[in-house]
Amino acid sequence: MEKSMPDKDFKGMDRETLEKIAKKARSLIIKMVYSAKSGHPGGSLSIIDVLTYLYFNEMNVDPSDQNLSSRDRLIMSKGHASPALYSILALRGYFPSELLMDFRKINSKLEGHVHRGVPGVETSTGSLGQGLGIGVGMALAAKIDKNPYRVYVVLGDGEIEEGNVWESLMAGSKYGLSNLVAILDKNGVQLDGFTRDIMPMGNVAEKVKSFGWEVREFNGHDFDDIKSAFDFARSVTNRPVFLIANTVKGKGVSYMENNYKYHGSPPANDEEYENALREIEGI
Amino acid sequence: MRPAESLRETYGKKLVEIGQRKKDVVVLDADLSSSTKTSEFGKVFPDRFFNMGISEQSMVTAAAGLALAGKQAFVSTFAVFLMRTYEQIRQSVCYNNIDVKFVVTHAGITVGEDGATHQIVEDVGIMSGLPNMKVIVPADSIETASVIDYLVEKTKTPYYVRLTREKFPVVNDDSYKFKEGQNTVLRDGSDLAIFCNGSMVGFSLQAAEELKKQAIDAAVVNVSSIKPLDRNGIISYAKKTGHVVTAEEHSIYNGLGSRVSEVLSEEYPVPVVRVGMRDTFGKSGKSWELFDYFHMGIKDIVSAGIKSFREVNKYETIS
Repeated sequence: MEKSMPDKDFKGMDRETLEKIAKKARSLIIKMVYSAKSGHPGGSLSIIDVLTYLYFNEMNVDPSDQNLSSRDRLIMSKGHASPALYSILALRGYFPSELLMDFRKINSKLEGHVHRGVPGVETSTGSLGQGLGIGVGMALAAKIDKNPYRVYVVLGDGEIEEGNVWESLMAGSKYGLSNLVAILDKNGVQLDGFTRDIMPMGNVAEKVKSFGWEVREFNGHDFDDIKSAFDFARSVTNRPVFLIANTVKGKGVSYMENNYKYHGSPPANDEEYENALREIEGI
Repeated sequence: MRPAESLRETYGKKLVEIGQRKKDVVVLDADLSSSTKTSEFGKVFPDRFFNMGISEQSMVTAAAGLALAGKQAFVSTFAVFLMRTYEQIRQSVCYNNIDVKFVVTHAGITVGEDGATHQIVEDVGIMSGLPNMKVIVPADSIETASVIDYLVEKTKTPYYVRLTREKFPVVNDDSYKFKEGQNTVLRDGSDLAIFCNGSMVGFSLQAAEELKKQAIDAAVVNVSSIKPLDRNGIISYAKKTGHVVTAEEHSIYNGLGSRVSEVLSEEYPVPVVRVGMRDTFGKSGKSWELFDYFHMGIKDIVSAGIKSFREVNKYETIS
């Protein structure tokens, strides 16, 4: 496929560099939610490696020309993972990292859930289940305009309990949207507990496949595996692709890992906060 | 009166016309395109027409994506079915404040025989409550065509345009141009003001003729722009006449009657008698029978006019 926006600075990054960026982002996520005394660290930490890869090694985007019509688009459909998206956008140069500490505060554009007023954000999200449909619309517009951009939609595994997602899967398949990639952050945990208890989904890969999408599973915390998944997605030319990222909720902070209590709560006190940063930064 | 054309037929023709001159216009429907008449657009511009199936949530979110990518998206289905996507409209369209036009058909009780499940009388209230959403209820085919032109030429934000199924008499002149937030005085009068919209405009004009026989000189004011509302246009006629009736093919709660009452209670309190659906579902029947059944026919507007006029005079006599 024709590259509309070669971005040499950020292509072909090695694994170590990507890991370093993800570590910085994890740190920022913890600082943001602790500064705000609220927010969603668990699902931000689970998706941050994938987001790092997307913004630093996959997507054609240019923070200095944010409205370029040929830019790739990312929709953070699981809008509560705003700390993940905001921190990556800051690290990628869309706005200064200092602004992250105003997250969720009265005079900040960094709304609790992903907000389009923030530089680099394509659409506001927060009510689950709507982002894939928006992605379908953007991908349709690209086809009408014969514009080569690609559309990436990040979904939560609790989120796919919403019917809107399955309606939009049908639509993506009907229109053969090969410029559309959905990424499922399969961390197995939602607000009230484990997804398998709240609403068992069975074999998601088979379900989505039966809706006419190309499906591939990968390890969402291994940059080599992440790379091969997105390379595979680019190789599919006749249908949309659904990538299932097997991830760990709260990845990188041991007491948050697989713990639904940290879906929507920050570190409880200074001790937890410092432990989190120490673990992430490996001090 | 001129031969009538249903508002959705006008809409279908108009879409084809704007499709020719506006390449960014796209149209979405949810398996009702032959009823909403968006199929006309689909025949001429298959690449810009998306039949999303019976999946309204998918339709509305896809429209949001198209608009975010620079398109002007017209979204159509029956009014009642769009309401199941209230939250998609709220989050993905209104909060983003993007160029999606909801032009819905078969609103109100004139769906007739289809019955209560298809007769929505709450939609104007639901849509009016949304920040960034504007709400228009055209009275005839001339107004419908003019509204569509206005949306295409002048606007880039969310609108809700409420059309009905039946043919209604033409009440506007050919020269009529829709102006957002501005009432149209179709008949002047000094004793009573009837604020109305949609199908009730034609009825109100006939009711005004009846009231004249009873020596009540009624003005008929078309309030097609529910949001934004022509507050001054309402206040000036309340001042001029001192007696107000509202008439709408919608619930009197959260529709035109409520809006008019809000303005007048804040600015110039006069008794308001509202004609419309009460707190009830509709029912099957011929649409014209239903107007009488639910006390929304011409004679009901006349009685409301008499009530408003006499009641207020009664208070004046006592004081």
